[in-house]
Amino acid sequence: MSSNEKDASEIKLKSKISKTELKRQKVLLIIAALYVIYGIVFYYLPLAGWVMAFENFSIGKGIFKSEKAGLRWFKYLFKKNSSFPRVIRNTLAMGSLNLISQTVTAIGFAILLNEVRNTFGKKLVQTISYLPHFLSWIVVTSIVREAFATNGMVNELLVNLHILKTPISYFMHTQYFWPIVAISNVWKETGWNAIIYLATITAIDPALYEAAAIDGAGRWQKIKNITLPGLRSTIIILLIMNIGNVINAGFEIQYLLGTGVLSPVSTTIDIYVLNHGMKNFSLGTAAGIFKTFVSMIFVFTFNFIARKTGEDHLF
Amino acid sequence: MSDKEKINENEVLENEVKENVSKDDALEKAREARKAMAARSAAVKEVAEKASADDVVVSNGEAAVHEIKFKKPRAKMNGWDWAFVICNTIFLICFCIVTLYPVLNTAAYSFTDGREAILKNVHLLPKKFTTAAYEQVFEMPGIRWGLLTTVGRTAIGSILSLAANALLAFIISRKKFLFRNGLSLFWVITMYASGGLIPTIYLMTKLHFVGTFWVYVIPGMVSAFNILVLRTFMDGIPESYEESAQLDGAGYMTIFAKIISPLCKPVYATIFLFVAVGHWNSWFDALIYNKFNIKLTTLQYELQKLLASLTQKTGSADSGGKTTTQSPTTSIQVRSAATIATMLPIICLYPFLQRYFVTGIQLGGVKE
Repeated sequence: MSSNEKDASEIKLKSKISKTELKRQKVLLIIAALYVIYGIVFYYLPLAGWVMAFENFSIGKGIFKSEKAGLRWFKYLFKKNSSFPRVIRNTLAMGSLNLISQTVTAIGFAILLNEVRNTFGKKLVQTISYLPHFLSWIVVTSIVREAFATNGMVNELLVNLHILKTPISYFMHTQYFWPIVAISNVWKETGWNAIIYLATITAIDPALYEAAAIDGAGRWQKIKNITLPGLRSTIIILLIMNIGNVINAGFEIQYLLGTGVLSPVSTTIDIYVLNHGMKNFSLGTAAGIFKTFVSMIFVFTFNFIARKTGEDHLF
Repeated sequence: MSDKEKINENEVLENEVKENVSKDDALEKAREARKAMAARSAAVKEVAEKASADDVVVSNGEAAVHEIKFKKPRAKMNGWDWAFVICNTIFLICFCIVTLYPVLNTAAYSFTDGREAILKNVHLLPKKFTTAAYEQVFEMPGIRWGLLTTVGRTAIGSILSLAANALLAFIISRKKFLFRNGLSLFWVITMYASGGLIPTIYLMTKLHFVGTFWVYVIPGMVSAFNILVLRTFMDGIPESYEESAQLDGAGYMTIFAKIISPLCKPVYATIFLFVAVGHWNSWFDALIYNKFNIKLTTLQYELQKLLASLTQKTGSADSGGKTTTQSPTTSIQVRSAATIATMLPIICLYPFLQRYFVTGIQLGGVKE
């Protein structure tokens, strides 16, 4: 019996790349090959384009014939009086503000929504909360610009509530830009980001809540002692995944809103790449590579910390 | 680099196995807990029943004691809980107002007559209803061409993208496929490592995609995230479907078209909608590839151009429109009308389609 099994598994092993199997999967193999070609062209060739960062690239000469420049462009990014360090500061500041505010609001919203017992009300609130996610950043910035205008609704509200005496022109002062970006992101994405947390909360064993109720726990205690611990691993995994995006602090809202006076605080790495890279491919590529590496370092560091402290981790 | 990736992949797999084991453990524990709970609540019920049976006999005062003793956990609402519920409701209502008010107010402005709009005190209801701004917006050649291109890329792009992603996910989810892991890894890598903006633009130039319609459709057609969502769903379909079809002599393409695809309708709808919304809202590719060709820019890009060209000063009347009987349209009116017009299809459709979006994010969510 066991020898038979052994034979069978051996045959299986052999047949894994046997001719008959190859023949049988011919269609799949041909299509898969087409996909590999597609992937190489559109995803892997741009990676090969990283060579440009180490050359004095000129379009006329092309990738292979442009002269080598070593690390010149990376040094250029960090030379004295370069605007790049400030760009990194903007990116990291807005990225972390976004990450923190979005995570906190999404979790808070999910928990509060979960406490609603009325099914219709819950569905309605949730449906409304998704709406802004489906709007483009152009539409959202148009709304944000209107809302934060000198005679817009934010000023109107604050003046009517006597928090402000005179309206502020938010887009004329640099100190308001980062909060506005964070608020816009929260407005757009809270409902959407809450989906995954809500799903996790729903998966928590209801018996735990019943047991807590029998022990006399109130709502607040149940949230603190059951819901939040239940969300813990989801929060950590999502944080690891999103920490790499801190360096992708966003491009669209800064590009659309942060013009003129605001550009010293609004220029992110992506905008820097777009502004300089269109004229100087090598410089743009170098900044892009820098971004990718920082992103990787963030993800691996955070993952490492999570692993060392015994939390759930990605790798 | 690739070795590292492989090691990581292995580690991920190992962790998955571990996770599964721990999940099983957790399930086991949960089951035990539930049993214990059931026993406990049964006991409580028994006592409560006894108590209520006693109620008939004993005096009212004692019955009240029993009630407090046994029904308190069920009637959870004490003062704090009520306060919580009220605050929570108020908060969620405020949340909805904050979400909806700016959108509805923009809509109100778009229908308001020019002179009233300048005064800037429209609140949710349009004053002196007019559709002049919409007429003006849809007479702009940029918006018209933009609408055509956007509808085109949304339709063609979403269909092509769905077909391409579904077919690849089908191949990767075949358990007998010889290069299953290799092909899977090949696409997972693309999720983390990307060449960046400049090399991509250079590639598009070299491929002569710049200045064509296809630059919107082909480069982003296959995406690892969508494949992951589709594959997760397809993995859940029992293999016996495939086997029995093969016994009947069906080839892989027949299995894909006639057996797997009909079962995947909900997840197909999800992916189609994700991609379609992406196409509808896109403008950056129009900016970098087709900026100078008005016939090939997208609707959102044209909206952006319009918003930027109309000055922020709401006082300036814009008399470009063909408004004869009413006061001339003002820039805030036109800006609002264009904004509302571009988001209208999505706003009309998403309440009916949102369950598909939610399925998608839950399938692909944490596994990403």
